[in-house]
Amino acid sequence: MNKSFLASRNFRDGSSAAGLPALIFLAVLFVMPIAILFMQSFEGGNFEHYAKAIFDDLYRGVLINTLLIAAYVAAICLVLGYPVAYFLANAPPFWATAGLIFLLVPFWTSILVRTYGWMVILGRNGTVNRLLLDMGLIETPLQLINNVTGVLIGMVHVLLPYMVFPLFAVMKRMDSNLLAAAEGLGASRWEVFRRVYFPLTLPGVLAGVTLVFVLSIGFYITPALLGGGKVTMSALLIERQVSQFLNWGFASALSVVLLVVTLLVHLALKLVLKGNMQWS
Amino acid sequence: MELNSKPRKGGRGGLHRWCLNLFCALVFLFLVAPLLIVFPISFSSSSYLQFPPPGWSLRWYEAYVSDPTWMGATLRSFKIGAATMVLSMILGTLLSFSLVRGKYFGKTFVNQISILPLIVPLIIYSIAVYGLFSQWKLIGHWPAIVLAHTVHAIPFVVIIVSAALRTYDINYEHAAMSLGASRLEAIWRITLPQIRPSLISAAFFAFISSFDELIIAMFLGGSNMTLPKKMFDNIMNEIDPTIAAVSVLQIVLVTAILAVVSKFGAGASPTR
Repeated sequence: MNKSFLASRNFRDGSSAAGLPALIFLAVLFVMPIAILFMQSFEGGNFEHYAKAIFDDLYRGVLINTLLIAAYVAAICLVLGYPVAYFLANAPPFWATAGLIFLLVPFWTSILVRTYGWMVILGRNGTVNRLLLDMGLIETPLQLINNVTGVLIGMVHVLLPYMVFPLFAVMKRMDSNLLAAAEGLGASRWEVFRRVYFPLTLPGVLAGVTLVFVLSIGFYITPALLGGGKVTMSALLIERQVSQFLNWGFASALSVVLLVVTLLVHLALKLVLKGNMQWS
Repeated sequence: MELNSKPRKGGRGGLHRWCLNLFCALVFLFLVAPLLIVFPISFSSSSYLQFPPPGWSLRWYEAYVSDPTWMGATLRSFKIGAATMVLSMILGTLLSFSLVRGKYFGKTFVNQISILPLIVPLIIYSIAVYGLFSQWKLIGHWPAIVLAHTVHAIPFVVIIVSAALRTYDINYEHAAMSLGASRLEAIWRITLPQIRPSLISAAFFAFISSFDELIIAMFLGGSNMTLPKKMFDNIMNEIDPTIAAVSVLQIVLVTAILAVVSKFGAGASPTR
């Protein structure tokens, strides 16, 4: 009955056409500017900008640095996020709700607010240094921001929820009978985890790691504020090329390289999960 | 369903669980620490960063409210956020109807295009749209920021609203139509009210995604700063606790909206 109604001409045409305004909007204001950017990257009719973006030691270094930081952030988020997701999926309702609130309030708070909070905590005269100095554990303040450590802490804080949500979704759907069966067949707790539970959560792990990795690649605010000018990531480099040097051609080439890397990672995930994305 | 509803034998299970709980408590502390720390700072009487504060005062809240640039930036961000919310809700909801119910060539492609603004790093889209809007002489005008923020908000709306439409039982709409309602009337008076929780969540996502957005606004805003841009400059240049007062107000605002959404919306977490 649904089918026949859907097939009726009137219904179908109206629904299909409803997407038109948004499609035109996105074509003009999203696809077109990106296409122009793409063309700008071949400024002068050659690959000069790409050669510089990929083969120049300085710029290749920034790209590798960006990918490395993204990998670290994804790994740390997985280590911190996996137990938290497990806790949220299995705790009694009250504690699960409380945990979710602890996750959602930061998630929805402006990145600027959170980054500022970290500067207060980790700064030279910050809470952590004050505490350690007063306890006599250190003699001079630790350098916790304006370096990679600060950037990693800030980024993990922003991206941790993106790891927990897909993991939580998978764990919540887990059939605990499978675990009971494995235990009944004589597996130890560790074996149940390693051979049954973890493999079953793998789609969530992949989705979370990809999501965090891809979002990390484009990060701007955290490295700008917590890096103190000492940690250069691709987004900072692109911004500077445009706003300081007005070097559009090169900035476009850097953007295209970054975009291609991002899309490749996404594509890889899609292939691995065979279109069976848990959260996206 | 629940693992812990199953009786665990021996003390080792208890130890495992205890370690897990401790670990999670530490992670939760990590998550809320930078939010909690700004509260005492915002009530500090000292004009530089000092913890614990030497005395208490409301001077940073006064500084925020009495400074026209802070107020102007705040109002501008609310205005842009509201306009983005309305525009992206209209475009995104229509697009969701088309994606869920329409049948046409290239629908998968349209679906991917509508999600793509979430995947393309914001810095790349920012400079792309900055180039285009410079040619169109739109830099410094707030509606330009609304247009770019709407591009970025449409995917949120499409994901949430099309998920709701997919599970919505279309027979309600048919029933209304068999009772004489036109199709649009049936959608307006039956379908949309029934997916209202999802619409509320989508609107919330759209508003916050614009209200918190820095990079697009930085490029397109010119001298007309939005709140995030003003905050960014404030953090970059002179760290005085006005930013802490602003932060506290934002945290309170987010928590309040979150409470409203969790009551009337379809859950504020993207897992839904």
